[in-house]
Amino acid sequence: VKHLLSVTDLDAAVATGLLDTSDRLKQALLGREVRKLPTLRGRTIITMFYEDSTRTRVSFEIAGKWMSADTVNVSAKGSSVSKGESLRDTSLTLSAMGADCVVVRHPASGAAHRIAGWADRDHGSTGTHTSIVNAGDGTHEHPTQALLDAATLRDRLGGVAGRRIGIVGDVLHSRVARSNVFLLATLGAEVVVVAPPTLLPVGIDQWPCRVSPELDAELPALDAVMMLRVQAERMHGSFFPSAREYALGYGLSEPRAAQLPEHAVVLHPGPMVRGMEIAPKVADSASSAILAQVANGVHVRMAVLYHLLAGAPE
Amino acid sequence: MSDLLISNARPYGGDAVDLVVRDGVVTDIGTGLSAPDGAQTLDAAGCVLLPGFVDLHTHLREPGGEESEDIGTGSAAAALGGFTAVFAMPNTDPVADTAVVVEHVHRRGAEVGLVDVHPVGAVTVGLEGGKMAELGTMARSRAQVRMFSDDGRCVHDPLIMRRALEYASALGVVIAQHAEDHRLTEGAQAHEGVVASRLGLAGWPATAEETIVARDCALAREAKAALHVCHVSSARTIEVLRAAKAAGVRVSAEVTPHHLLLTDSALTGYDPVNKVNPPLRTAADTRAMRAALADGVIDVVATDHAPHAAQYKDTEWAAAKPGMLGLQTALSVLVHTMVEPGLLDWRGVARVLSERPAEITGLPDQGRPIAVGEPATFALVDPDGVWTVRGAKLASRASNTPYEGMRLPATVVATVLRGRVTARSDSGAGIGTARSDSGAGIGTARSDSGAGIGTARDGEVRS
Repeated sequence: VKHLLSVTDLDAAVATGLLDTSDRLKQALLGREVRKLPTLRGRTIITMFYEDSTRTRVSFEIAGKWMSADTVNVSAKGSSVSKGESLRDTSLTLSAMGADCVVVRHPASGAAHRIAGWADRDHGSTGTHTSIVNAGDGTHEHPTQALLDAATLRDRLGGVAGRRIGIVGDVLHSRVARSNVFLLATLGAEVVVVAPPTLLPVGIDQWPCRVSPELDAELPALDAVMMLRVQAERMHGSFFPSAREYALGYGLSEPRAAQLPEHAVVLHPGPMVRGMEIAPKVADSASSAILAQVANGVHVRMAVLYHLLAGAPE
Repeated sequence: MSDLLISNARPYGGDAVDLVVRDGVVTDIGTGLSAPDGAQTLDAAGCVLLPGFVDLHTHLREPGGEESEDIGTGSAAAALGGFTAVFAMPNTDPVADTAVVVEHVHRRGAEVGLVDVHPVGAVTVGLEGGKMAELGTMARSRAQVRMFSDDGRCVHDPLIMRRALEYASALGVVIAQHAEDHRLTEGAQAHEGVVASRLGLAGWPATAEETIVARDCALAREAKAALHVCHVSSARTIEVLRAAKAAGVRVSAEVTPHHLLLTDSALTGYDPVNKVNPPLRTAADTRAMRAALADGVIDVVATDHAPHAAQYKDTEWAAAKPGMLGLQTALSVLVHTMVEPGLLDWRGVARVLSERPAEITGLPDQGRPIAVGEPATFALVDPDGVWTVRGAKLASRASNTPYEGMRLPATVVATVLRGRVTARSDSGAGIGTARSDSGAGIGTARSDSGAGIGTARDGEVRS
């Protein structure tokens, strides 16, 4: 694997290999005071973020640092981007500076694909074979989020295959949902998507998932439920009448959470809108794995960088 | 000056004949004819002779967009594609919404002289949809504007559209609508369907086209006005058009070559060369387009030739400008999608690429029969030619062809505008024969017409 652009780059074996590496890295670091592995010493990782992000950018940066890579952060603000430089020129500039890996987040779907294409085509000019990691492109994908979710589900449920996972909310605009539906299906999970019809993508009937309009009907049989963030701008797009009505229909309230089986896990990719898509007490409950997701995020990203830059370990 | 002998040509793919042309007009058709004194000769070597193509939908980008195309390079591409007349869309800078701008475009076209350039006037001032442009002044100007469109944008306000149709009906001109309900396509990046959903590209629903076409047909019916629907892309729009035509509405419609051939499956690599508006749709839509073009519900093929310089395409998908080159590939795509499967014969090609577009816009000397007394305005096509599309080798300044690397059938070997050869291809067996047979003739024609309008500036175009 040269780049990680989409979860469809991963078959079940490769995805499982990444999750296994993530587990081993996690074990290797467990209880250590000095969390530093020499794995990527001398390698350069640049995060290039065209959208605001806290957890993903910091998570990649920590992942690189814990493996001794040199990590540099570029944000659209305060770079040549604000002077009107094209995405192609910016990305090739970073390659020419010797970036072994560029981690990119961009509001345009497919941006990471384009950058990977330019990096491959022009590596003769830049002098560097740069690997591209998609850290979220528009409403397309966020593959490392799906990997960290899968890692969390493995931890909590003992596996992913055969488990029934609900994904609830704004699937239409969610890159997290796209990556999760396809990765979880690849790993053998049964995926159920619950959303109002206005927030379902056209053609979702051809995705490897089942669509349900009724959250309450699904909850008792779910092994995990993943609540998606509802972005503020959707409130003005006539996708649903009001935040209140959305919460009534699709929010994970305390009574709803009580319908979940005892062992079920609650996930949220963050940032959460407490009170709308998830009740505060549910988010902080024992079934919530929300902070475990964040912790796993670092290990999964270490595994991804390791596989891309050093090759899959034996 | 425009004397010519075309030998061994097959009009509409029929039996081979010779044609004698004097002063740009066909004076004799038969066999064993000899060239008038000093005339150029063109050995057609059994190629198919068609009336010169007329494109109702071209973006020549001049004035204002010369980094992507100008009237010189666009005219060259048109001539090489077999076109003898093109309609240049008004979304230039400045917008072609006054007599001054349309006369400028018209004059530049005449100076280049490779193809008749007919400027399309804007329906509304600045293409902004708010205030009707001076249609009458543009129609009566030296540019004689025959078609008005806000192409690229839809005349969205139903009252403005109604008034424009009514007003245009008295001028004998046609309103060409880019049918897109903008409220349904806000932020749209691709055909709303399975592919766009998976790619996370905001959808352009087919209903945004169908609803505007239905509305405009109702308005045109009431106004007894002529409506032309640009670049039909959705199968269900065809049903709306079929019903309107059956009800006697004066509506005509075009389909682009790319909507006959390409589908949204081309989008998976996010290469914006495939970004176009209206978007590439599904295989079912392309099948419906082909059937409708064969049965006449869609009247014409128009290219929507839309050159964009590299910096407008070598970007992320959302930032890229929509549009693709079309002039030099139109005939080949039409042959590939319609002639080869048996949906259209050469008579049909003449109808959709020449006769109907000339009729819709009332051009008196284009799309005419191949007959004595008619203008010698032709495209000569080698039906057995095969070529590989290379954007960098096309005559347009930009190279944004979606057919890069594709092998396509049929080559335009020569284009003749009122007896003057405006383009010849160097490739293909047919033209090789024609050149060796008539090498002296061609040379004469070029020097003969040196003082003539086209050759003086841009000369004969070679691909």
